Amino acid sequence: MKRLGVLCCCLLFLSFLPAPRLQAQQSPSASATSQEAPKVITERLNQLDQKVAQAQSSADNAWMLVSAALVLMMTGPGLALFYGGLVRHKNILAIMMQSFALMVLITVLWALVGYSLAFGGDGPVIGNFAHAFLRGVGADPNPDYAGTIPQTTFMVYQLMFAIITPALITGATAERMKFSGTVLFMTLWFFLVYAPMAHMVWGKGGLLNASLGGKFPTLDFAGGTVVHITSGVSALVCALYMGKRVGYPKQPMPPHNLVLSFIGACLLWVGWFGFNAGSALASNSLASSAFVATHFGAAAAAISWSLAEWIKNGRASALGAISGSVAGLVAITPAAGFVGPMPALVIGFVAGIVCFLMVTRFKAIFGYDDSLDAFGVHGAGGTIGALLTGVFARAIYNPIYGAYNGVNRPTGGLDGHWIQVGYQLVGVAFAWLFAVVGTIVILKVVDVVTGVRVTQDQEVEGLDITQHGEEAYNLES
Amino acid sequence: MMKLEAIIQPSRFDSVKDALLEIGIEGMTITEVRGHGRQKGHTEVYRGREYTVDLLPKIKLEIVLADALVNRAVETILKTAKTGKIGDGKIFLSRVDDAIRIRNEDRGENAL
Repeated sequence: MKRLGVLCCCLLFLSFLPAPRLQAQQSPSASATSQEAPKVITERLNQLDQKVAQAQSSADNAWMLVSAALVLMMTGPGLALFYGGLVRHKNILAIMMQSFALMVLITVLWALVGYSLAFGGDGPVIGNFAHAFLRGVGADPNPDYAGTIPQTTFMVYQLMFAIITPALITGATAERMKFSGTVLFMTLWFFLVYAPMAHMVWGKGGLLNASLGGKFPTLDFAGGTVVHITSGVSALVCALYMGKRVGYPKQPMPPHNLVLSFIGACLLWVGWFGFNAGSALASNSLASSAFVATHFGAAAAAISWSLAEWIKNGRASALGAISGSVAGLVAITPAAGFVGPMPALVIGFVAGIVCFLMVTRFKAIFGYDDSLDAFGVHGAGGTIGALLTGVFARAIYNPIYGAYNGVNRPTGGLDGHWIQVGYQLVGVAFAWLFAVVGTIVILKVVDVVTGVRVTQDQEVEGLDITQHGEEAYNLES
Repeated sequence: MMKLEAIIQPSRFDSVKDALLEIGIEGMTITEVRGHGRQKGHTEVYRGREYTVDLLPKIKLEIVLADALVNRAVETILKTAKTGKIGDGKIFLSRVDDAIRIRNEDRGENAL
């Protein structure tokens, strides 16, 4: 619409201005100029059209490159600090190194075949090798996904999501997983779980895709199913498979430095604007509305988690407040580009309480050792968020199903489209199933090849020394 | 010669040290220690997991004194280290047979 408006203005402008000049020239060769005039105007209009498109592309590209950088910042240093502060001091380098290893490992895999498997072709489950080695990924946009930015930008933006997703799992395996096992696990997990899920939900023709011909259109704006459910549920499977840390739950294992976690959580919050608002894939009003929903969701969840803690323990803790904000950010992720600011507050508030109960009650009842609560926050928050997206999505924020006779087709329950909640359930079930089955198979393989868990002696001594040969805090040196 | 060992609250340490300097006690050795007597620590809660921290940080002062100074030193510590709550710590006194200054081999109270 905007482009049309600009065009009309230009047309008007052009048709008025040259008029006297044309009339003055009419006397010597009237017939020749009257034929040339429209051609000049058309050419000029074409040029203007191109310039307008270029200007839009520049604006969108600027925002998307910044967003990509913000999402990378979520993994390192954001998640690395957040998790790093929560482990005991003998394991901080190991957990940070796992995040960093994923930054470099997934980048290379993505360049070779990862991007193509996630976004190449139009199969229902997984992409193809059309873009292997980034063939055909250059300055031209890919109109299926983001028509105004170079495909290179889209590719590198999506890469950052592929990095943070497996990094989230390390929260459940923290303080006891071998480094070699982690590298192998994450490589296999990226191919077997992430790439297919990303394709199914976001890829053209994917089974769960909402805008490009999926059978079960699941609304997932920035990765509630693809990122948080897959990683959170896989984290639970890993925690159950590996068993508890030595001494858990009798021996105290308090976080060794909550200041680091605090900084990490705040970096995650800021980075999440790139994650969610960037998922508009353009610098437009949808990005603004996703930005606002993200921020509101985080704030509401921090408040509800703190309130729950205050009521239960008589005090509101710093760790509770930052954990709440992360839970809210997780839950608002699938909804960010579909809901208004008020539902965002509701989603955040609900997620804060649900995740608080998951982490404090549910985990204690079932006795699994999810070291840093990757499942309690990401698995639970992602699931709640994905389901509530089906309830609160409205076409006025994002008419993803297009329009009919000039009226937007309804998207979520508030639009009267309650079947969407059912689709969300299907999407959630798929993500859970994929994560559970995939992770079990991968763990079995890794167990045979490198082993999953360190020895008891190594665990007691700490992963920093035994896996990496160094210590984070050499206070006496 | 007497050895005075006092375990006190870290928050009272600065006042105790200044007061001891004022009455002319110039040497002391300080250690950061952890422990508890009747004060049984506190609980911390991290994401719903409760930890009982029963060994609390304390400061241990060790001073070897000429007999004439012992009573004043004890009074000073009692006055400045007391908050009136459980956990204020204790003072232990014991006899010291000899003291030797390493630099010039002074012995006894001369070495203090």
